Amino acid sequence: MSLSKMRKLKLSMIVDHGVLILGSLFMILPLVMLLQMTTIPDTEIIKTGPTLKIGDQFDDNLYKAMFEASGFAGENSGLSMLKNSLILGIGFAVGKILIGMLAAYAIVYFRLRFATLAFWLIFTTLLLPLEVRILPSYEVVQWLGMLNTYQGLIIPLIASATATFFFRQFFRSVPEELVEAARIDGAGPVKFFIDILMPLSKTMIAAMFIIMFVYGWNQYLWPTMITTDEDMYTLVRGIKQIVQVLEGAVVPEYGRSNVLALVAVIPPVLVVVFFQSWFVKGLTESDK
Amino acid sequence: MKRAGFTTVSLPVFLLLPQLVIIAVFFYWPTVVALQSSFYLQDPFGFGSTFVGLQNYADLFTSREYHRIASFTVVFSVLVTFFSLAIALLLAVKADKILRGAKTYRTLLMWVYAVAPPVAGFIAVIMFNQSWGPLTQFFGMFNYTYLVGVNFNDTAFAMVLASVWKQVPVNFIFFLSGLQSIPRSVREAALIDNASAMGRFWDVTFPLLAPTGFFLLIINITYSLFDTFGIVDTVVKGEPGNNPMTLVYKVYVDGFRGNDLGGSSAQSVILMVLVLALTIFQFRLIDRRIHYT
Repeated sequence: MSLSKMRKLKLSMIVDHGVLILGSLFMILPLVMLLQMTTIPDTEIIKTGPTLKIGDQFDDNLYKAMFEASGFAGENSGLSMLKNSLILGIGFAVGKILIGMLAAYAIVYFRLRFATLAFWLIFTTLLLPLEVRILPSYEVVQWLGMLNTYQGLIIPLIASATATFFFRQFFRSVPEELVEAARIDGAGPVKFFIDILMPLSKTMIAAMFIIMFVYGWNQYLWPTMITTDEDMYTLVRGIKQIVQVLEGAVVPEYGRSNVLALVAVIPPVLVVVFFQSWFVKGLTESDK
Repeated sequence: MKRAGFTTVSLPVFLLLPQLVIIAVFFYWPTVVALQSSFYLQDPFGFGSTFVGLQNYADLFTSREYHRIASFTVVFSVLVTFFSLAIALLLAVKADKILRGAKTYRTLLMWVYAVAPPVAGFIAVIMFNQSWGPLTQFFGMFNYTYLVGVNFNDTAFAMVLASVWKQVPVNFIFFLSGLQSIPRSVREAALIDNASAMGRFWDVTFPLLAPTGFFLLIINITYSLFDTFGIVDTVVKGEPGNNPMTLVYKVYVDGFRGNDLGGSSAQSVILMVLVLALTIFQFRLIDRRIHYT
């Protein structure tokens, strides 16, 4: 390779890294800013805004955010919101996977006369997101007396068949011979599901769980409507209140608010980062 | 269905039941209610309703405010879709090319996927704080007084910026996985045929990525329409006033705050038709995508 060609290659590599570094900074700087603001006193923030200085207020703010009650009724501490977020994230993911797997198993592995009808009834739900029927959904939940309950928060979000669709695709790709062999060996449908299909689906279940957990945890509009009791707030729902409280305050508590925003962000981010390969596989495969 | 399926009848019914009950109660019932109440005018105090036919729809189509919000939603969606796709594509192409540090870059560029939209909006509110926001100060250097929540365009830009920030990672993940699935032989052949990297990108890589791009286009439009609710709501601090808002936000404001159930339902139905058209379009593209690759 000639010298000028090598120089060109080197220059293009510098440009590539430069673009990627700029992109990474664009992604990460806003969160660094939130974090910096939690380390300096609120009285300083309202004068200087975010700076490069690192102060010593983080512990205080963390304590205030997690353990001291905030809000108008004074009933939601960071800890109680964290609990609600976990219940929503995990409850949603588990519920969706469980219901989706069972339904997909029934559709793929059984000879049912109304299988086609069930299929269409279920998959029509993929066409319309919750947002377009948000008010009537609220009325239904109200009518069922499920406002400010975990059931009311979680179950209506499950009424979309993304997981069912995903598992149906996956089950269809499982070799036919497996079920034949299982039948010859005398395994019934329940045994086949538990002993053969479940272990085969492990990676898929993990991938689905990550995607669904993040989706459930990050819900905003639905929890905003369904939960009016402050002790039912999730962290993401609490952001709305944070913004409103900050607006009205003389010395807005940015330190505490930013800790709460960070706590709302960190668990799903950790899940996505640590289980990256499962997550990426699940995301890119589920939409094919 | 598998050829060698089980023939039990009661078990599959039992397995399907939870799913069917949930979608009946929380999908079909609300959808029917939305359709139905779009033809009625509700008494604002909750005393019954009167059938008004297509009046709610007629009101919307002649309402100037609705037109304004609809056109803003279109502009907003186009901007968010275009910039999040373009930035993600550039980053994915670079991340696919380099050898050292590829995994670190991948992590750094994708984690924002897990950030909730209202947090993105909250960050925008801080960035554009009137007196000390870093971006307000940045614009101040050019003698521009940036006013989020007061100036329509300034607020809209803050919304677009937060929405793009939040959406780049998803597109990046899909583009990168699309790039990595281009066979080695194709790349090598292109390398022999075409010396310029730019030429190779437009002649070989870009057409091969087109199916991913089409698919992402729909995903991004749907995102701009629906998932940006949390961003819009935090940036306007729950007080829309004369600020820009999207069609979904309007459904919420009219129905939940204004108690205009009929009008809000008619808006929901219009959105339903819009999503339905988008999704059908998407399914047809996915069908075609199989022939592509």
